[in-house]
Amino acid sequence: MSDGDGEFIDVRELTKTFTVRRKTGLLRRTATQVHAVDGISFALRRGEMVGFIGPNGAGKSTTIKMLTGILTPTDGSLRVAGVDPWQERTRLVRRIGVVFGQRTTLWWDLPLRDSYGLVRRMYRIPRARFEENLARCVELLELGDLLDVPVRQLSLGQRMRGDITAALLHDPDVLYLDEPTIGLDVVSKARVRRFLVALNAELGTTVLLTTHDLSDIEHLCKRVVVIDHGRLVYDGLLSGLHEVGRGERTLVVDLERELPPIEGIPGARTVRTEGPRQWLAFPASASAAPLVSQLAADYPLVDLSLREPAIEDVIARMYAG
Amino acid sequence: MHLLRLNFAVALSGFRRYATYRVATAAGVFTNTVFGFILAYTFIALWHERPHLGGYDQSQALTFVWIGQAMLAGAALMGGGFQDEFHERIRNGDVAIDLYRPVDLQLWWLASDLGRAAFQLLGRGVAPLAVGALAFDLALPSSPWVWLRFLLAVWLAVVVSFALRYLFALCGFWLLDATGLNALSTLLSLFFSGMLLPLTVFPGAFGEVARLLPWSATLQVPADVLLGTHPGGSAAGLAFQAGWALVLLAAGRALQTAATRKVVVQGG
Repeated sequence: MSDGDGEFIDVRELTKTFTVRRKTGLLRRTATQVHAVDGISFALRRGEMVGFIGPNGAGKSTTIKMLTGILTPTDGSLRVAGVDPWQERTRLVRRIGVVFGQRTTLWWDLPLRDSYGLVRRMYRIPRARFEENLARCVELLELGDLLDVPVRQLSLGQRMRGDITAALLHDPDVLYLDEPTIGLDVVSKARVRRFLVALNAELGTTVLLTTHDLSDIEHLCKRVVVIDHGRLVYDGLLSGLHEVGRGERTLVVDLERELPPIEGIPGARTVRTEGPRQWLAFPASASAAPLVSQLAADYPLVDLSLREPAIEDVIARMYAG
Repeated sequence: MHLLRLNFAVALSGFRRYATYRVATAAGVFTNTVFGFILAYTFIALWHERPHLGGYDQSQALTFVWIGQAMLAGAALMGGGFQDEFHERIRNGDVAIDLYRPVDLQLWWLASDLGRAAFQLLGRGVAPLAVGALAFDLALPSSPWVWLRFLLAVWLAVVVSFALRYLFALCGFWLLDATGLNALSTLLSLFFSGMLLPLTVFPGAFGEVARLLPWSATLQVPADVLLGTHPGGSAAGLAFQAGWALVLLAAGRALQTAATRKVVVQGG
């Protein structure tokens, strides 16, 4: 059973169908099939850090639950580190770490230190290894003063850092992060991101990151997998999203005086005017140079600036399409 | 060996978690003591009218009352303990986190509930029993062996009580709102443990059945072991408890497999 090279996480035609019973009359109930995940395939190499995104209800959590072995797939095949998650859940969980932004794996009434002691026993982590991992997390996540504070007294950002530490003490090969920065302030977000980058670079931990905060993805992942309605809509480089999502760049043009909307520039259209200022949209894949020279020739230009498409808009357009 | 150490650590954490709430513990001791006095005077009135009711003399009956108060929180005879927390975790989906751990769900909760029980027996049990012993003439044994057997019976009572509550709590996977079921569980426990009246008081077939149900292992049997009044001797009482513990834990295991296999873990 090799998992050192090749695909570390291998998902093929993964499908999960739920039967939902609804009341349709006084006593009658109709069963409908809901395809939460509908034939998704993708693969992760060891050490990759991939963003897994999609709107609410797209099937992200269902996919993660199957990847971690707490849900059985209806159809398709699934291997994580060479193991079928559902068949060998207790073996697999020793090799994965899971962090939920909206749940905690810590014990509310206990200090962080005690929670970590329990984690050490659960995963049978050798003492030296445990101390080393804990020391690294404590240093990088700045947890030193918090170890003896009961979890219920921690702030959200502190608790999140505590949770990330708990998920890493047993040296997992794969880390699933579900909304790890939700509700965090800018400083805490930056700290968590820096830590994840270091973790991935130094230990080669494979990371699958689910988030609605696309700036997380921009900071952390080169590659994104996008799903919608249980289907894969994109798998590739983050930079390639713009083309698939028909991203548009915007040229903001300041003219000498107020004029009717600019016309006759091939490939561009005026989307907004405000006094002497006009906004022109054109495909992200096209070059701005010919546009600018033609504008300068035809119109009294004072100034111009170029705006890149926001990734949020690109993805919103993908979902809509 | 490793499993033992893990479960000891889990139990210790359960103990510590409850030990944090000192004011709640003090309030609990007060409540148990007041409840004990009310029941004690009710029993005195009853036994005055009907001496040797249920085969107990008055001081044995009063001992029964205070043993009940001492075990009320520890053996979770009126519900509570891990059950509320587990049920809440099923309802809001946090149970997913428990399933991500490389440990057995049932064993984990059993260990943590034993830790809780150990704290509540010491923190909420000893004081009311001491007050009862000072205020009334109780039939407490002097032999350390009897006390040792009683401690074993109390431990088995907690295990049986856990196994019962685990079965009820697991139903939450299907029902989602198990409030009604919890109320039923508490009511059954309150009555069939012997908390309201010793089960030996009830005549005929109803009494026979009540004494054979698993709830009687959670109070009636430990009290009889302490009083030396278990028919067939203390060993038979302990065997009765151990038998129910095994049967109920096995049933819980089967239901757990079905629950985690068939049922969707809630929420994203």
